[in-house]
Amino acid sequence: MKGLSFKGISASDFIFDVIVYTCCALIFIVIAYPLYFVVIASVSDANLVALGQVTLYPKGFSLYAYKKVFEDERIWIGYRNTIFYTVVGTFVNMLLTLPAAYALSRKEFTPRRIILFYFIFTMYFSGGLIPTYLLIKQLGLENTVWVFIIPFSVNVFNLTITRAYFESSIPPELYESAILDGCSHFRYFLRIVLPLSKPVISVIMLYYIVGHWNDFFTGLIYIRDKTLVPLQLVLRDILISNLVFKEGMGMGGEAGGYAQRYADAIKYALIIVSSLPVLILYPFLQKYFEKGIMIGAIKG
Amino acid sequence: MSFEERKRKRSILYYLRRDYQLWLLLLPAVIEVFIFHYIPMYGIQLAFREFDYSKGIFGGEWVGLKYFKQFIESYSFWDLMRNTFVISVTSIIVGFPVPIILALLINQIRNQLIKRGLQTTVYLPHFISTPVMVGLLIVLLSPNSGIIGKMIKLLGLGEINLMGDPAAFVPVYVLSDVWQHAGWNSIIYLAALSSVDVELYDACKVDGGTKWHMVRYIEIPALVPTMVVLLILSMGGVLSVGFEKVFLMQNGLNISVSEVISTYTYKMGLLSAQFSYATAIGLFNTVINFTLLTIANQIARRTTGMSLW
Repeated sequence: MKGLSFKGISASDFIFDVIVYTCCALIFIVIAYPLYFVVIASVSDANLVALGQVTLYPKGFSLYAYKKVFEDERIWIGYRNTIFYTVVGTFVNMLLTLPAAYALSRKEFTPRRIILFYFIFTMYFSGGLIPTYLLIKQLGLENTVWVFIIPFSVNVFNLTITRAYFESSIPPELYESAILDGCSHFRYFLRIVLPLSKPVISVIMLYYIVGHWNDFFTGLIYIRDKTLVPLQLVLRDILISNLVFKEGMGMGGEAGGYAQRYADAIKYALIIVSSLPVLILYPFLQKYFEKGIMIGAIKG
Repeated sequence: MSFEERKRKRSILYYLRRDYQLWLLLLPAVIEVFIFHYIPMYGIQLAFREFDYSKGIFGGEWVGLKYFKQFIESYSFWDLMRNTFVISVTSIIVGFPVPIILALLINQIRNQLIKRGLQTTVYLPHFISTPVMVGLLIVLLSPNSGIIGKMIKLLGLGEINLMGDPAAFVPVYVLSDVWQHAGWNSIIYLAALSSVDVELYDACKVDGGTKWHMVRYIEIPALVPTMVVLLILSMGGVLSVGFEKVFLMQNGLNISVSEVISTYTYKMGLLSAQFSYATAIGLFNTVINFTLLTIANQIARRTTGMSLW
């Protein structure tokens, strides 16, 4: 097959391939280079980076920026909080999503169509920011750790892909034989469905983890207490509001311009440090998330 | 028939007893969604009431359409509508075709190693958080120290502060969005391409078709249903530009083009505590989105026979 297409390659197919591979190479560079640059800039000498000397590989190797990042207690607090919100939040997400998806996957469960609509409707229509804010305030969740964990812990998209997976990938014969042995729904769900559903469990768990890790909005709207802020809010202060040094350096002027170089170096390092957990998870994400989209695409 | 009737009669109690375990498994999620989605929907009535601190979202004097009128007559109304519309329509026009082209390109690569490598790279930016993404733009685009800012200078375009120039706001917003999400958005098209019948390719080859013919007459038509569905969905979002990125990219220099409905709602509602006014703006937004989604859905059904519902 391969040899055949190689021999029979026509001029137009050859030009076509050249165009395809050139475009792909360009796309690769456009996407990968900025990311690669952040990595090399974070370990290079800040002055050389500011002068534009660092382009292809690190120059004047320096871990100054990383040292500064690790010395900043705001980052430690943000990191600690976000890890807590992510771990506990994801646990609650799974605790609510998986059983509900199982119940909705049982074809003999008569109200399932209506209940599915009840969930999906919330994807298209919502009360909006203010009624939600006032409700959370009235429930006393504002400015507490619970606001990251309790509200919106069922993601309807994740619920529907999990349901679709349970429905299409677990053979119905298993249930029939289990029920003959006097197995309850609880036991069947825990002992048979969950162990057979590792792919979809991984998918939605990773979606939830990344969602919690990158969540900026919840912290912005509901958190006032400095000890509760999530990492993304700290990142906003440092990367965007330019509050790099707590003393307020790096804010313009001659000396400011000099300090800004170091501030930029710290920003590069911080981008790496804050994205590290997601980068570590990325190979797993890569393995499972496409599957998730495919399941979602089959029955949305 | 009588069996059917008997079945219906025993229904509620019988089914509740039979399915009580399923109900127990389902209930936590149902309650959760009821509290955090449906109660706020009920709270929309705040748009028609005077907010009363002692009563929260459930009370207050009825004032009819007062706050909608206030919004439409406010001096920022047309600016907000224009900014929101420009950002989202540009995003759709630029952002819609790129994932399709990307999927067609990736699908052409026969070498599995190169293919996987490219996919791994183009999906990665999707997982960058919004604060990091905007932080990246700030450091990379800076005319003094950023690598892209310097490249622009090298090209002889002068020192442009892309993050402050109002004319650059929409291009920077849209292009960085394409950079971040086009790869991820191509997955769904790649899935559609992977389900194309292999026999079609063989038939094309027998007829002397080139690779371009296969793309033009087999692959693009195979993507049309997905395109239609995604286009309808994006129509429903014309007035809901994502809050986070616009909010984080805003500064004193670009505010004239970067204030959109969602950021304005946030400022009115949470920073100025004008709860009823902000709820009215939010509802106005939701209703227009829903209407546009319905219209797009109808047009698609009439012209292509495909629709969401």
